[in-house]
Order: sequence, then C-alpha cells, then structure tokens
Amino acid sequence: MKSKIPDSRFQIPDSETAVAQTIKGQRTKEEGQILIALAGNPNAGKTTLFNALTGLKQKVANYPGVTVERKEGVWRLDGSGQTARLIDLPGLYSLDAASLDEQIARDVLTGKLQNLPKPDALIAVVDATNLERNLYLVTQLFEYKIPVVIALTMVDAAEKQNLKIDIEKLSKLLQTPIVAVKAKQRIGLEELAEAVLSEKGRNLNLESGIWNLESTKDNSIIFARYGFISDVFQQSVKKYEEKDHDFSEKIDRVLTHKFFGLLILVAVLLLVFQTIFSWATLPMDLLDSGFGALADFSRTILPEGILADLVADGIIAGVGGVLIFLPQILLLFLFISILEDTGYMSRAAFLMDKLMSRVGLHGKAFLPLMSSFACAIPGIMATRTIENPKDRLATILIAPFMSCSARLPVYTLMIAAFFTGQTVLGFLSLGAVLMLAMYFLGIFVAVIAAFVLKRTFLKSPTPPFVMELPPYRMPNVRTVLQNMLTRAGLFVKRAGTVILAISIILWALTYFPRNEIQIPDSKFQIPNSEVQTEDLAEGEQLKNSYAGQLGHLIEPVIQPLGFDWKIGIALISSFAAREVLVSTLSIIYNAGEEANEESESLISAIREARDDSGNLVWTPLTALTLMVFFVLAMQCMSTVAIVRRETNSWRWTLFMVGYMTGLAYLMAFLTYQGGRLLGFG
Amino acid sequence: MKNEQNLTLAFLPVGTEAKVTNINGNSAVTRRLMEMGVVPGVLVKVVKTAPFGDPLEIRVRGYKLAMRRNEAEAIEVNEV
Repeated sequence: MKSKIPDSRFQIPDSETAVAQTIKGQRTKEEGQILIALAGNPNAGKTTLFNALTGLKQKVANYPGVTVERKEGVWRLDGSGQTARLIDLPGLYSLDAASLDEQIARDVLTGKLQNLPKPDALIAVVDATNLERNLYLVTQLFEYKIPVVIALTMVDAAEKQNLKIDIEKLSKLLQTPIVAVKAKQRIGLEELAEAVLSEKGRNLNLESGIWNLESTKDNSIIFARYGFISDVFQQSVKKYEEKDHDFSEKIDRVLTHKFFGLLILVAVLLLVFQTIFSWATLPMDLLDSGFGALADFSRTILPEGILADLVADGIIAGVGGVLIFLPQILLLFLFISILEDTGYMSRAAFLMDKLMSRVGLHGKAFLPLMSSFACAIPGIMATRTIENPKDRLATILIAPFMSCSARLPVYTLMIAAFFTGQTVLGFLSLGAVLMLAMYFLGIFVAVIAAFVLKRTFLKSPTPPFVMELPPYRMPNVRTVLQNMLTRAGLFVKRAGTVILAISIILWALTYFPRNEIQIPDSKFQIPNSEVQTEDLAEGEQLKNSYAGQLGHLIEPVIQPLGFDWKIGIALISSFAAREVLVSTLSIIYNAGEEANEESESLISAIREARDDSGNLVWTPLTALTLMVFFVLAMQCMSTVAIVRRETNSWRWTLFMVGYMTGLAYLMAFLTYQGGRLLGFG
Repeated sequence: MKNEQNLTLAFLPVGTEAKVTNINGNSAVTRRLMEMGVVPGVLVKVVKTAPFGDPLEIRVRGYKLAMRRNEAEAIEVNEV
C-alpha cells in the first residue's frame, strides 16, 4: 500500500487509489438526505464554518485504516427541517499531491469510500485575503464535476488590507455562486444553504477551457490554472496601494526574530510546561483521591473476595492511574490548539527547522517532541501534522525518549532515597543536576536514534519544508475547546479499553496463585517493624504470585544491572506504566499502598532493603542505573497502544518496544558495570 | 554580480523583490512550490531568514511562505 502512494499522486481523480474502499454494496444513502463536502485551504476558516453549520451535531472518527480525521455533522438547511450530511475534508492546498490527506479527499470526492456516496455538492471555503492561492484548490475541485458553492471568508480582513473584491464579477467569471460568510456571527449561513440547495443537481455546463484540463504529471497544468486565476483576480479585485507591513509582519518582527524569536519560543514552552505541571496538580490530586474513594466505596458494596479485589485493585487502580493524567492532557491540548489556531505553531517550526533538519527531521517534529515531555501520547497524536509518513514514523519512534511526567515519580523517589542533601560545585543540588541529566540523556539518545533511523530503516529524501506562515489570528474559543475535548475523548476511550485489559492482566499476575496467608518466615526482612499484618500478607502474596515468579525468572537477566528479583517485579509491572514502579515497590517493601514517591516509609524501606544474604539491595549506583533504565525503556502500555493505532502497524510498534528497551538495558548495564569499575556501589 | 539568468531565490538578499522566471526540476518540492503559487511571472520578495540562516520566509501572492534555502535554489528569478 505504501509503495503505491508516490505512483498515484498525479493520477486523474477517477483512477483507483490505495485508500479507496472497494466494498460498493455497503454504500447507503438515506432517503432524501443530501451529502455535502466542505473543502478549503488550511487556515481559510473551514473549521469555524463547519462548527457554525453543524452546531454540536458532529461525529469525529478516523477514515478506515488510516489516521486522517473524519469529521461529519448534520446541517439544517432551512426552516422546513431539511438536513444534509456535511463532511469536513482535511485542510488542503491541492488535490494532486501524495499526502494521505489529499488522497482521502480525492476518495471522498469520487465517492470511493465505504458508506459515503459521491457528494451532491461541494462548499469551497475561500479566504478573501489570500484569494489567488485559495482559488487554486477551487479550480481543482471543478474537475470533479460536482456543483461547487464558494463560501468567501475574511472579507473584512481583505478590505483592511486594501483589497476590494467584486463578488458578483468573481462569481460570473468562475461560473459559481459565491456567498460571503462570517461564521462566528452567523452571517451568510442561510444564503449559503439556499445557494447549495439551488446548486445541487444542477447540470454543469462547464464544457469550456479550464474545467476540462485534467491533472497530468506535467506542470503546465499548474501554470494554466494560475494563469486563469491571475486573469480572474485582475478582473474582479481592486488592489489599492499594497500594505507591505501588515499586522502579522509587525508581530513577526519580534516572534521570528533571529535572537528574540528563539528566546520567546523557549519562554513560551517553559510557560506551557510550567502551567501544565502546576495547574494540573490540583485536579490530578482530586482525581487521585476520587479514584481512591471509589475503590474504597466499591469494597463496601461488594462482598469481600476476588471480585472486590479485582474491581478495587485491578480495574479502578489501573484505569484510574492512567485517567489521572487527563488534566495534563487537556491542558496540553488546550495550549497546542491555541498555538495552532493563532498561527504561532508554524513559526515555531520555522524557527526550529534548521536544527531539526540536522538530524533529518522536519521543523514540524519539534512540537510533538516538546509535548512528549508532558506525555508521549499527545505528542505522538500531534505528529499528525507531519505530512511525510517516514518522517512522522521517525518522530513517533523517538518521542517516548523525552522524559514524560510519568517518569517524574520514579526520578523523585530515587533522588529522595539516595541523593538528597548533596551538592555539586558547592551550590547546585545533586538531585536537580541528576534530574536535568536524565532529561538530557533522553534528548541525546533521541537525536542519535533519529539520525540513525533516518539513514537506515526510514531513509527518504528530505521532505519539502515549503510551508505557509498564516497570518496571526485570534484563536476561536469554540475550535480550541472542541479540539481539546476530541483529543481527551480519544484518550479516555483508550483508557477504557486497552488500559483496562492490561490492568486486569497485571492485577491477575500479582493476585494468582492465591495462597493462604502465612506467617512470614524469619528470612523475610521486615524493614518497618510497625507494618500491619495485612501489608505483610500482601508482600508475601506478591512474592509467590506469578509476577513474583516472573521476577525470579528474570533475575539472572537483570542481575548485571544490580537489580534483584523484587526490583524485577517492579520492573515488570512498570511496563504497564512507569509510575506503577512506585506503588509496586511499596507493596513489595510492605510500606503500605498509600505510599507515594515522597513518603518516608517507602524511602527508608528502600534504603534498608536487604537481600537473602543480608546485603543492602540498593546503592546510589543501583538507583542511578534504574533511572537510566527508565529514561530509555519503553514502559508504557498506553503509548504502545497509541503507537499501534497511529502507525497502523504492529511491526513498528514492536520494533519500538524492542529497540528502546534494548537500548535501556545496554545503557543501564554500562552505567552499573562502569560505575562498579570506577569504584562506586 | 552574478549572471542574472542564474540568480535563484536562495541568493536573493533579504528585502529585495524579484520576478520568478523559471522553476528547475520536477520533484515533489518543485511541484508543491508551484501549487502554492510560485510559478513563472509571479513576484516574490524575501522577507527574512530564520535564526540559523535557513529556512527563508518569502512573500508571494499576498501571503507568507517558508521554504528551505536548498528548495529556493530551484526558483530562478530576475531582480525587479
């Protein structure tokens, strides 16, 4: 399928394309309901118009087998209750190129997709301030022989730029109805509906000239289209003295300034991450205690036993542990949407492209990688803006190296246990330095991995950077919120499915086989003499469980890293989610399940843990090795699930788990053995 | 001064305006450039370069377009 893409890029619209669904029998068309597709350049105001036309009645899903978002809504055309299905096509500059978005759009326009007949009419959203380039797509839309109505947006803004558009003239020249709309104020929407109703089913009489040129590999078609557009433009648009330094250019003097631009970019990112961490703390704590209360509550209503344990310790603890990150994800997507909607995002790509292209990545990879510092999941979801599939894959494969917030509890615990109160150079806290070092290790390895991947498995010519820098605009509240909620919805849905399943499996591994509660034998060290028997029993249970047996099984493998079987159990369970390490360690060391990364009982339990021959298990070197392992290993089932979905390939997903974890093992091995050679530990 | 025939957008000083005379090559990049409106006869202006000298920001048909320097090399221009 992938190899077909480059070949099909210049084919005429009617030819078979790779993504098209061939199941024709399943096509349905509801009686009387017409289908309308909304097309337009990115930043032309298409999303705003779509939202205004459909209100809250929209569905967001993916096109089958690919990750192009499919947005559909119901549009009430008039007072009599006639409705239309409105399909929002991806933002497009052209319909000829190889990108997945453009292929999907072609398939929609030719009616090749399952359950989606050929549209009855098209609405082309055209930005009045950028008429010539927007009309390019319109000339291509004409070739599909479907009636087109142009929705002209940002007419006010065009007038401010001294552009006076003669809409009647333009409409005549294009032989197409044009309706000026202001979606936010709901101006022109009724007229748009009327135009669509009278236009659909019209016999197109477009025998002449430009309408019949079909896409060929030859570039002359592009010249012909632009030649036609220039003609139309000159006849219908009056341009007074051109304003060379518009509002956006003034802002850009600062925001893309060689020096201040970079400084501001760093400041913006710092602000975003700082806000994500600080604002999210309260709702995260609330969620945390909420899930705790829910687990307690479920214990009170369920009879004591396996069902109660499954619900409280398996389902609620597992799914809750992931849903806790929801506030962070909401906030991150709030910021991403704002940055995208204002036009700043493409400036960030512009500023960073030189650095990113050094390792063979696109400037657009910068933001997904930055987002991954909060959480790789939204980061990986944000790679959708990267058009080239190989570039996108490379970005996905390195994104989890960025130290995400789930690693923080692990770093914090290790630092609190072994590196507190020490300073470097007399004034820097060793903990802060180590923390920073872990972040840099992740970035460093990511850069090398990208460099290698782009020269081996994902070798491809450097993709074009050619990218519009759209004018700055105020973000649309509706669009921003909707974008944020859609992403959050996807995240919650995954937590309810994949994560739920994995939580149950992990719970079962620690729960079975079930032994009768035994009095711990004398060899078993009790680090905290005041622990309750319940905790003791839990520790004993864990030791004998399948997870415990697995811990013993992998002990020979992890011994060269300085880890014993108990750490092995924690490692295994942390493959579900990194922060699970903390709760698993607290169960193993009987510190009570309430322990968190800053709880004294867990810290002292770790410091004092001894193996069967009475030696201390943990040394500062072990802690450092564990941190290095956690920087690099792919220990997050949610990320695995999202990578599978976004790459649509188990092969690449498993490759990622394998190479990351292999690297983690190697680096942890070098850290531990190297440290011992140097006399530490 | 370079032979004007061979002057490309990549070497056009910031702030100067020029007319596109030819687009060399037939790759995905040149095709995308043309689809974005950079075709022979159109006026372009280099607005600025990014912090490390690359990419370039140009103004064409009333909007801003960013491209890498090596991509701009395919665009032959005449200073106006």
